[in-house]
Amino acid sequence: MERAAPQPPSRVDLLAYGRAVLRAALIPAAAIVVALSIGAVIIAISGANPLVAYGALFEGGLGSGRALSRTLEKATPLIFGGLAVALAFKCGLFNIGAQGQLLLGAIFAGYIGFAIQGLPAVVHISLALLIGALMGALWAAIAGALKAFTGAHEVITTIMLNFVAFNLTDWLADGPWKDRSPGNIVARTPTIAPEARLPDIAGVPLGIILAVLAALAVWWLIWRTTIGFELRTVGQNASAARYAGISVRRMTLLALILSGFLAGIGGAVETLGVVGRFQPGFNAGLGFNAITIALLARTNPIAVIPASLLIGVMQAGASRMQFNSGAASEIIDVIQALILFFVAADSMIRWVLRVRAEEGERVTLSSGWGS
Amino acid sequence: MQMTSSVARPSAARIPWLSLGVWGALAILVLIAYARAPQATTAVLTSTIRQSTPIILGAMAGIMCERSGVINIGIEGMMLIAAFLGYLANVWTGNLLLATAGALLVGGAVGAFHALMSITLKVDQIIAGTVINILAVGFTGYFYQQGLTTRGKLAPIDIAPLSSIPIIGPVFFNNPPITYASLVLIVVIHVLLFRTAWGLRTRAVGEHPAAADTVGIAVNRVRYINVIIGGMLAGLAGGFLTLEAVGSFERNMTNGRGFVSLAVMIFGKWTPFGAWGGSLLFGFANAMQSQIQFLQNQLPPWLAWVSQTPPQFIGMLPYLLTIAVLAGFVGRARPPAAIGKVYEKE
Repeated sequence: MERAAPQPPSRVDLLAYGRAVLRAALIPAAAIVVALSIGAVIIAISGANPLVAYGALFEGGLGSGRALSRTLEKATPLIFGGLAVALAFKCGLFNIGAQGQLLLGAIFAGYIGFAIQGLPAVVHISLALLIGALMGALWAAIAGALKAFTGAHEVITTIMLNFVAFNLTDWLADGPWKDRSPGNIVARTPTIAPEARLPDIAGVPLGIILAVLAALAVWWLIWRTTIGFELRTVGQNASAARYAGISVRRMTLLALILSGFLAGIGGAVETLGVVGRFQPGFNAGLGFNAITIALLARTNPIAVIPASLLIGVMQAGASRMQFNSGAASEIIDVIQALILFFVAADSMIRWVLRVRAEEGERVTLSSGWGS
Repeated sequence: MQMTSSVARPSAARIPWLSLGVWGALAILVLIAYARAPQATTAVLTSTIRQSTPIILGAMAGIMCERSGVINIGIEGMMLIAAFLGYLANVWTGNLLLATAGALLVGGAVGAFHALMSITLKVDQIIAGTVINILAVGFTGYFYQQGLTTRGKLAPIDIAPLSSIPIIGPVFFNNPPITYASLVLIVVIHVLLFRTAWGLRTRAVGEHPAAADTVGIAVNRVRYINVIIGGMLAGLAGGFLTLEAVGSFERNMTNGRGFVSLAVMIFGKWTPFGAWGGSLLFGFANAMQSQIQFLQNQLPPWLAWVSQTPPQFIGMLPYLLTIAVLAGFVGRARPPAAIGKVYEKE
């Protein structure tokens, strides 16, 4: 996180831009290679063949048309989650609660999806996405308001809100919004109306298109608007921002609201585009995946896309890996933690690759528990 | 993190009149409840102590780290790994004491890893903790096998004459070993922190590392030792879950207890006794939650609505309580000043 995100090729030589991107990708790429190598050792220790395991993992994620569409499917909520975490990072906030915000977005989008019938598809989809996003934003706003007005640290409040969201959505799906069709005994909502399903546009799922547009929008917000400038200023030095007349409270609240908004759309897109209803246990672990992705992308919104695709490939291929090699799918969590470790502890990789750290923006997170 | 003069400093010396008053009122309430329903009251109180054990151990892990200036949000992961490996040690050796020692060692090792990241490699401390949390979920999930059988769990030890005192006896003097250990550790860590040279050094390193360095304290060595001890305490909390409370391992069985511990640590203003008060509060919320199903028939009519509340809402209580506690207390509590910052010599 020590290097500034590569600036866009506005007036800069394209070649130099390409070189900057490559240089920025060097450390994450090395981190991925080292993490996969250590993962291979762990797989070997557990008695499976790492070559077979990784072969199946990448075949299951990239090997066929079906595999690719599964990867895109998995990557879509990851992009939204990664953007949510990255945006909060820019303001110096650590949103571990993408999971809860996603759950809220998912169940409310599902509710709009099944409770209303007969709307034109464009209206129905827009409404469901908007309500999902707003519920995610509202959920994050609780943590934002607590941070802004009481100083309660968002790391703890967002995690606690995850547990509350889990219980709340579980109750909704098992109580008032339960699928009452005969034969159903599990906790889940009814299926959404056909008009609310996200269509494919020219063969590409609408969800991934929205995710890419969201990445562009976040990039634009952060680097091309006053709000983005203020968010970044608060993230780099809150006292300097305060001195410059920026309301740190307002920015804290706004950053978490926008962050939750993104996570909420992620949940809505998953419900409307993939699952077709809400069921508990949905996308467990997204919150932590999103942190890995945001840091792997060095909080750059555009780089969130390839980072999500990488994790998406692993998630899409995990079950094939387990089937072919016997290596349990949880190994991808271990690999993710290792990637996170080597990206964060980049001094080790810099030393090995002889790459100097460059001065640039720095994400400060451990500013303590107080306000 | 600027402090104002009105902010209460974490100190051990003042007499906490407010907390004494609160505890006195609680004691009277307990006596009234005991007079009306002796068995249920004793059951709830015993459960409160047991449920608060992993929380106070986790909170003390946090205190050890943070008093020396290292944030540790990886307590959750430390607990989970230690719970898992302690459980495996029990499966392999069948010796509960060895397994508990194993959980302690594993916690210490993960603590050393956190220290390596936060102190030597200068990783952002919150990210270092997150690495541990994700690693713990993945590692325990990957190596977890269903259907392993253990030879029992740590049993309560009856301290003979004391355990026959009404209320206090069964609640405090008929507990399993890790619960006793946690109660003793509260006193030990309090004395260590506030009455010994080592504690003074720890607090100096957490408040003003440069000044501590000037008088010859090896800042990073003190931090390493504290974070490793903190890891061992978190490991003991993990051991409590598999070796004393449940007797087996389940995926993600820590269920946010590591994070609740951090909130409790803040609530207790980074002191062991303050954190114990917070832990008992959570223990009580959890005890009510787990006892409600047994108590349903004994509830008086004006509490009948409790038994009709969906379990999910009762399940939310500890987490909502954490948020409320954090919102209410964090502004008034002052963390150690050098927290989260890597110390580098000028």
